[in-house]
Amino acid sequence: MSKPFVFEKPMGMRDTLPVLYQVKQQVRTVMEQEIRDWGYQFIQTPTLEYYDTVGEASAILDQQLFKLLDSEGKTLVLRPDMTAPIARVVSSSMKDVAYPIRLAYDSAVFRSQQREGGRPAEFEQVGVELIGDGTSSADAEVIALMISTLSKAGLQEFKVAVGHIGFLNELFVEVLGNEDRAEELLRFLYEKNYVGYASHVKNLPLSSIDKKRLLDLLHLRGGEDVLRSAEELTAVGGKKAISDLRELLNILELYGVQDKVVLDFTLFSHMSYYTGIVFEGYTNQLGFPLCSGGRYDQLLGEFGRSAQAIGFGIRLDYLLEALSAKEPLAVRTCIIFSAENRKEAIAKSRELREQGHSVVVQDISGIGNVDEYSSRFQDVIYVIGKSEKGEAR
Amino acid sequence: MSSLLTVAMPKGRIFQEAVELLRQAGYPLPPEFEDSRKLIIEIEEAGMRFILAKPMDVPTYVEHGVADVGIAGKDVMLEEERDVYEVLDLKISDCYLAVAGLAELKEHSVAPKIATKYPNVAAQYFREQGEQVEIIKLNGSIELAPLIGLADRIVDIVSTGRTLKENGLVELEKIREITSRIIVNPASYRMKAAVIDELVERLSKVVESKEEIR
Repeated sequence: MSKPFVFEKPMGMRDTLPVLYQVKQQVRTVMEQEIRDWGYQFIQTPTLEYYDTVGEASAILDQQLFKLLDSEGKTLVLRPDMTAPIARVVSSSMKDVAYPIRLAYDSAVFRSQQREGGRPAEFEQVGVELIGDGTSSADAEVIALMISTLSKAGLQEFKVAVGHIGFLNELFVEVLGNEDRAEELLRFLYEKNYVGYASHVKNLPLSSIDKKRLLDLLHLRGGEDVLRSAEELTAVGGKKAISDLRELLNILELYGVQDKVVLDFTLFSHMSYYTGIVFEGYTNQLGFPLCSGGRYDQLLGEFGRSAQAIGFGIRLDYLLEALSAKEPLAVRTCIIFSAENRKEAIAKSRELREQGHSVVVQDISGIGNVDEYSSRFQDVIYVIGKSEKGEAR
Repeated sequence: MSSLLTVAMPKGRIFQEAVELLRQAGYPLPPEFEDSRKLIIEIEEAGMRFILAKPMDVPTYVEHGVADVGIAGKDVMLEEERDVYEVLDLKISDCYLAVAGLAELKEHSVAPKIATKYPNVAAQYFREQGEQVEIIKLNGSIELAPLIGLADRIVDIVSTGRTLKENGLVELEKIREITSRIIVNPASYRMKAAVIDELVERLSKVVESKEEIR
């Protein structure tokens, strides 16, 4: 293996240059404000966690974890998401705070990338967790807040697909009789392999009516009328999930965001993590979901303080890609001075900054090409030579 | 982003059959479509923009969302393991993945070697068979490998078996059947649901009617 060149970074690591940094900062500020306005409190957790706690509990696959060893030989992970660390905090440092708890975060998370570019290994996620509330009101609040946060950030055209893990589990167990067989089918949905799903169903020893029920599931995508089609597929098991979803849609209508939501019963993004409703957000400009979330009623139990919980995470990197980035406000004013006028230059800069301007104060002898340098700014104030007055141009 | 549906088509073997299927499904593709050397062809009447890619690359374009939909062989899907929806079996370009070798196979005593264009598929297959092998990736003319002593066996797609035969190789094990599939980007699947559902619906009707004739 050759040594890296000085310009190289580890795979998937990216720099944020000034222009992007500023746009990101603006978007981040708007999103944080919106989330705070809904009564969520921001927290921070460490970058490193134990593999045996947060690493194991996280929804992120093992091969995507960055692992390292501490001086005692314990395995550490760079936090792969924020949900597991928050579950840890809520079960330990905040264990005396009564449920429900509303927390939010804006943090970098890490996913090791094995294959190719186009996917960062470190990216910022803005999200919330609503812990200790299992109601449909909580489900709707989290989805409505996610939609509102995206809209405030400036994203216009997007859709949130909502599914229900409970429905899939109940339907499959009802038709197939046991969970092992249900898992085989879930695996096809997880792999997004509908062709494999359909041919597996065709080969099962089932009545043609049951086969049709399983095949029709693949078409359960769309608006509210999908709920009626879903009802026809299930005798008892999935009814609860359907009424959950119906209630959810009604509440989302109260929030005025129902036009952003589509139902999708095939949505199944994780083999075992989520327990109730799940959702993913998409926009036209992006090939990947830019946000996702769902109900995870098992996770808190792994940290010893069982609770129903739901949350979302928005990927700031994808969101910025999807937003038509506005030209950020750069530093517009520069005072170029010569050494004998330093005092005046500094006084002038203080005055301008107090008025709210960003000002660069630059010693002329530190610049190679004055014309080239000054062309970067809209206003240049020269404080040069013996004359008292600055010359502006 | 234009309102056209971007479809990634595989150049080569599958292309002609796929174009035929799209025409049967009622999409007006002009006769000169096949002869063009362009890599991007827009056909407003069909509401589609086609990109012509190497078959192995089709799932990559679709996963990254620069193409909404693609046509890809199952062999490529197994090898690439991309995060895309596989929604319809077009049942075209039938072939199968198989292990082949010289008629009088001499197993390498130290480590059995397998040459293939599909290193992931081959590795997984032999693991499942409980056999540890060493895999050598080649990009074409895989049949050469056992003839010249680079590997003992090969994993490759077989359609008629003629190439194997003419080179004195025999098929040892069949791995699985391969056909071409419609694949869809997850975001496009929601954002352009109506257009994509219609495409899939129309194609599946054509596929079904062909099945009945058989």
